[in-house]
Amino acid sequence: MRKLLRTIFLVDLVQGLMVTFRTQNPKNIVTEQYPAQRPKIAERYRGAPRLNINPENGQTLCIACDLCALACPENLIVVGWERNPETKRKDLINFTYDTSRCMFCGLCEDACPVDALELTQDFELASYSREGAIFDRQILEEGIKPTKYKF
Amino acid sequence: MAGTFLDSTELVLNMGPQHPSTHGVLRVIVKLDGERVLGTESVIGYLHRGVEKIAENRTYTMFAPYVDRMDYVAAISNGLGYCLAVEKLLNAEATPRAQAVRVILTELNRIASHLLWLGTHALDIGAITPLFYCMREREYALNIFEKYCGARLTTHAFRIGGLQYETYEGFEKDTNDFCDMMLPKIDEYEELLTGNRIWRERMIGVGILNTEDCKAYGVTGPMLRAAGCAWDIRKALPYSGYEKYEFDIPTGQNGDTYDRYMVRMQEMRQSVRIVRQAVADIPAGPIMAKVPKVLKPPVGEAYVSIEAPKGELGYYIVSDGSTQPYRCRVRPPSFVNLQSLDKMARGSLVADLVAIIGTIDIVLGEVDR
Repeated sequence: MRKLLRTIFLVDLVQGLMVTFRTQNPKNIVTEQYPAQRPKIAERYRGAPRLNINPENGQTLCIACDLCALACPENLIVVGWERNPETKRKDLINFTYDTSRCMFCGLCEDACPVDALELTQDFELASYSREGAIFDRQILEEGIKPTKYKF
Repeated sequence: MAGTFLDSTELVLNMGPQHPSTHGVLRVIVKLDGERVLGTESVIGYLHRGVEKIAENRTYTMFAPYVDRMDYVAAISNGLGYCLAVEKLLNAEATPRAQAVRVILTELNRIASHLLWLGTHALDIGAITPLFYCMREREYALNIFEKYCGARLTTHAFRIGGLQYETYEGFEKDTNDFCDMMLPKIDEYEELLTGNRIWRERMIGVGILNTEDCKAYGVTGPMLRAAGCAWDIRKALPYSGYEKYEFDIPTGQNGDTYDRYMVRMQEMRQSVRIVRQAVADIPAGPIMAKVPKVLKPPVGEAYVSIEAPKGELGYYIVSDGSTQPYRCRVRPPSFVNLQSLDKMARGSLVADLVAIIGTIDIVLGEVDR
């Protein structure tokens, strides 16, 4: 009898609808209005790569040791260097980082002995061309500059 | 074969590979008699990337990010399985602290995986609301992953020998908050679905697979437990310190779609229980065991299986003494569980086939590898 009444009065469906209505309270909204509202990115987020420069003298921190290129599973890092005859050290000439193949695993970051290569919190990596996804030394040092839109 | 309009001739149809309810790129060739399914044949391989072959050309450390891309819904479980297998080859063991953090993250990942399953499965059956709620709660788990290791989906959280990252400040609080938030939310989903007559009509008695069939097909995970067999690798062959935590193995009786739903809901609650115990007692100490920088495991082979959200996930790695695996074979739970689709779907209706595919909880990235 009780079961029949429950069936007739749609108790099970009303119960479910109660949950739905409870959630419709505007204070429960969790959707981020992404381009207008910037998302909170975690400190450790692995996004666009950056080649750090020494803030004191503007020189690159990279010592061209090639460890990041060796650690990369996709072989997408190419370090161009030249032996400086005076200091006998390697000078960084160019550094290419192909983000189109990168899976942001962070192994290059871990391998870097001087914390020169770092994956940053920038995540807007879209580009209009394939060439645009290949970062050279200049982009890596200055950081990506995604187009800013006004809302 | 030409028949009149009223003749019920058999019809062969393709369901997928772009059907929204096949959870990816699964193609099911269905033989139909009217609305009734006479037989099915799954065609897989649309997402094949050759992960096992890639392993042979990468060092052990380099291959770790790739395993995340197999079952991308439960990437942390994949990483754990792979790391455990290589550690077994190396005769190394993760430190107690690393093990505890691994357990916490893996269980959070299990909840996240089950939430995604619940949302999409309910969507297949026609309940759209749970999807939004599940995605909302899953977000909190993904936020913890993001804060911990810097990625949300394909996390690459664990390294061979332990962890790369120390827990961040507020990790315990975030996880405890997640647990406190999760239990009432699971009750909420149950309120929405469990008693709902449409949900029950669509699920009870659909896609029955009994214990014998499960064992014959090698089906593991929630599907096996829903059939009444309390087999859980976390209990049977404990790894990563699971023997220290108290939890139950939820089981069903009938092995139908409804039981599998109930088992997975209970599993989420048990996962919350494990996470709470693990967070309360994270041992101090180093996070990385003493493993060499260049991994050269001795010649030999190792098989390690873990309880992934979808079933038994096994890694079989053969080492020839070099820096690269000679062979890496993955035993993916989704791939094996998918075999039972034909057995379950035979004689059911087309609409039930959608429910059955959903209940297997397949991820095509793992099926095809």
